[in-house]
Amino acid sequence: MGDLFVLAISCIFINNILLAQFLGCCPFLGTSKKMETAVGMAMAVVFVLVMAGTLTWMVDTYLLKALDVEYLRTVSFILVIASLVQFVEMFLKKSIPGLYAGLGIFLPLITTNCAVMGVCLININEEYTFVQAVVSATAYAIGFGLALVLFASIRERVNLARVPKPLQDTSIGLVTAGIIALTFMSFKGMV
Amino acid sequence: MIPALLFMLGIGAVCGIVLSLSSKVFYVYEDPRIAQVENNLAAANCGGCGYAGCSAAAEAVVNGLAQPSVCVISNQEGVEAVAKIMGVDAGAAESPLSYNICEGGNRADDKYHYMGISSCKAMAAVFGGKRVCGVGCMGLGDCVKACQFDALEIGPNGYPVVDDDKCVGCGACQLACPKDIIKVTTLSEQLMKFNQTQDALAPCAQTCPAEINIPRYINQLREGKYKEAVQTIRMRNPLPLACGRVCPHPCEDECRRGIEEEAVSINQLKRFVADYEMNSGSRIPIKCAPDTGKKVAVIGGGPAGLSCAFFLRRIGHQVDIFEAMPKLGGIIRYGIPEYRLPKKVLDWEIQGILDLGIKAFCNVRFGVDFGLGSLMASGYEAVLLGVGAWEDYSLGIEGEDLDGCFKGIDFLQRFSRGEKIKLGRTAAVVGGGNSAIDCVRTLLRLGLEKVYIVYRRTRNEMPANEVEIVASEEEGVEFVFLAAPTQVIADDNGKVAQLEYLKMELGEPDASGRRRPVPIEGSETLLDVEMVISAIGQSPDASFKDQDPHPRMTELELTRWNTIDNDPAILQASIPYIFTAGDSATGPALVVDAIGSGRRSARSIDLFLKGEPVEPVKDSLQKKRIPESIFTKVPGLKKTARAKMPEIPVDQRLDSMIEVDLVLPEDAAHKEAERCLNCCRLCYNPDTGFPIAKAN
Repeated sequence: MGDLFVLAISCIFINNILLAQFLGCCPFLGTSKKMETAVGMAMAVVFVLVMAGTLTWMVDTYLLKALDVEYLRTVSFILVIASLVQFVEMFLKKSIPGLYAGLGIFLPLITTNCAVMGVCLININEEYTFVQAVVSATAYAIGFGLALVLFASIRERVNLARVPKPLQDTSIGLVTAGIIALTFMSFKGMV
Repeated sequence: MIPALLFMLGIGAVCGIVLSLSSKVFYVYEDPRIAQVENNLAAANCGGCGYAGCSAAAEAVVNGLAQPSVCVISNQEGVEAVAKIMGVDAGAAESPLSYNICEGGNRADDKYHYMGISSCKAMAAVFGGKRVCGVGCMGLGDCVKACQFDALEIGPNGYPVVDDDKCVGCGACQLACPKDIIKVTTLSEQLMKFNQTQDALAPCAQTCPAEINIPRYINQLREGKYKEAVQTIRMRNPLPLACGRVCPHPCEDECRRGIEEEAVSINQLKRFVADYEMNSGSRIPIKCAPDTGKKVAVIGGGPAGLSCAFFLRRIGHQVDIFEAMPKLGGIIRYGIPEYRLPKKVLDWEIQGILDLGIKAFCNVRFGVDFGLGSLMASGYEAVLLGVGAWEDYSLGIEGEDLDGCFKGIDFLQRFSRGEKIKLGRTAAVVGGGNSAIDCVRTLLRLGLEKVYIVYRRTRNEMPANEVEIVASEEEGVEFVFLAAPTQVIADDNGKVAQLEYLKMELGEPDASGRRRPVPIEGSETLLDVEMVISAIGQSPDASFKDQDPHPRMTELELTRWNTIDNDPAILQASIPYIFTAGDSATGPALVVDAIGSGRRSARSIDLFLKGEPVEPVKDSLQKKRIPESIFTKVPGLKKTARAKMPEIPVDQRLDSMIEVDLVLPEDAAHKEAERCLNCCRLCYNPDTGFPIAKAN
């Protein structure tokens, strides 16, 4: 139990998928202009990452390893994750239209997002057990959401400030992201 | 190699089968046009259109919320392709446009000084912004930054100016504005907007019962944009020609210039632009929203009915008017004499309303020729009862049915219809309202030698318009004040010979604030007259309620004044699909009141037709004033004389029913428009030393 907690903390803060591993930067910049979209994106990432992490771990363990075709890992993960997201989208649209309205447009955007793919591969490389894989996927997703929401709130404030013309918009966004990444470095050594 | 191929084939097949099965199981119907439209959008998911991704934009286009040109990146070809998918009537979607309500901008005084803040949002967050005005524009241009289409800029006067050609109605500016100054609205929403307590309204616009944006049209007149001025008036008032002639202009009572000197002659300016349109020989096109396919019956073609029909038609409903008289117009045709409102002018104005596609059936009386049952059977989904107030009150004195006695509205309408009425040489008209004055002025034109007005209070308490009283004085009417008729005395042939009245004196003020007249005992006096007309007010004629055999008619409740019982905020009667407006809702009131209530009931009918709850406008101002906008003094004014209304000399008036009041000449109208301070809620243009005033 304690190990799992440590794993979660390390995934959220120390190895934050965005700020330490620099995966998933496109939605990080693209959907962080407004808090509203940032929250929607964060939810969608949690949703997809947990499902994808779980499913790919199972595919890896019960299919790839069993059939000894581990070299097909990346390509089969792409296929599985893409199908999963499509399936979930259809399911939500029919069964939970409310949730679909909230997550709908973000789901296809992160189909084969590098963060999603990255977490699935990390889970395998680190040779996590099933429970560990689920916890790590959840924690990484929470870390992603945390960074995104933080970043969006900072960008909303930056919008109100006087920014020199050449630095406006994405430029100042990247500078800000760099500074947040620096602050996240201070978590190193915590675990 | 082979195992890898087999594995990929297998996993691909599984995924494919699962997806195709689930697409069957989880199928949700979607308008096929959404996918087609989406294919023709740029597919960049950039959000530049203001919608969350291309599919959301496509859905908005198909649902009629966005135009085919919604996509920022899409070229002309793409737009045309989308328009084609949506059918030839791609314009069927009612396009919203950005609309700025603040015209004060820099002229509003500052309350605080902010250093270094560059966005309205930040400024609004700290003490609500620099301006004294709580609803005014701060002018830092958050809306301009939010606009992806370059359709907005901060104008020279410090408030945003919208370029309608570039605006796509995406709503980004509205979201960016922290003060609700910039709004993205459709034509229907603008037509159905009512004054609210938080609006940026000049005192005159608060007072106008029709809620016309007076400063805006006067400003347009000043800039020479007469067409636009007429269009501004028509957003609230379908009868500018009639109102420009007969309205007692309550707006002028609240005019800020009027605090220091004579008020701006607002109504003459309205008449000037309205007459300009009529005399220009062509009608200014009136925009209507796309058809909704709903049908409404309007009973009564008076100002209330016409107004309600006009606005319902403009927001896309199909309207038919049913009128008991031979022609439309109601009291303004049959109760207002020719010399105040020529029939030719009225005909022209009403034709313009009918040209919108409104059908009118005249000479049909509700309850006799048709009823609720036949209306429902013909597919009308809502009914407006705007039957007016045509039943004259009687004096309740002995002898008032004698030969030679008439009742005000009855007399006027019989005369208007061309009926030959046997006249005497002298007449007494009882009453002090506009109908009484209309009667005496008509009688004078018919060649009577002596016409009296018998009124139980004094001139100060007369409810008639001041200009009307003055005009009747000029034309030679004789006033008998403080006189209450007690009986009409006949001669040997049974004809009216004398009117007996009691002299009165003024006592304590009554509920209306006017001093109550008290009779003086034994002061009976005789007045030799051959005609007596009583014009002491009217009530609605609700005889249709008993005549219509439809069983639901018994549910229609009337008040003790015979008006149709209704909630004044929504004008819905006791039967949900029946609405009312004008005199039949309130009892006798002004034409402009009827026009205002006609529009209000149009809003309620629209809500009712859409199946939405018919609720009052939130924070509706409805005849109240915004306290902070009512001043006691207006510094910085340079006094200038009010334009005098040109009129025909008295000696030429009495030979015919020719129109007495004339329209202002163009230069006089401009000079009068220059007197307007272009007020808003708090700020206004004083005459001197102010940039906006100078620029104009």
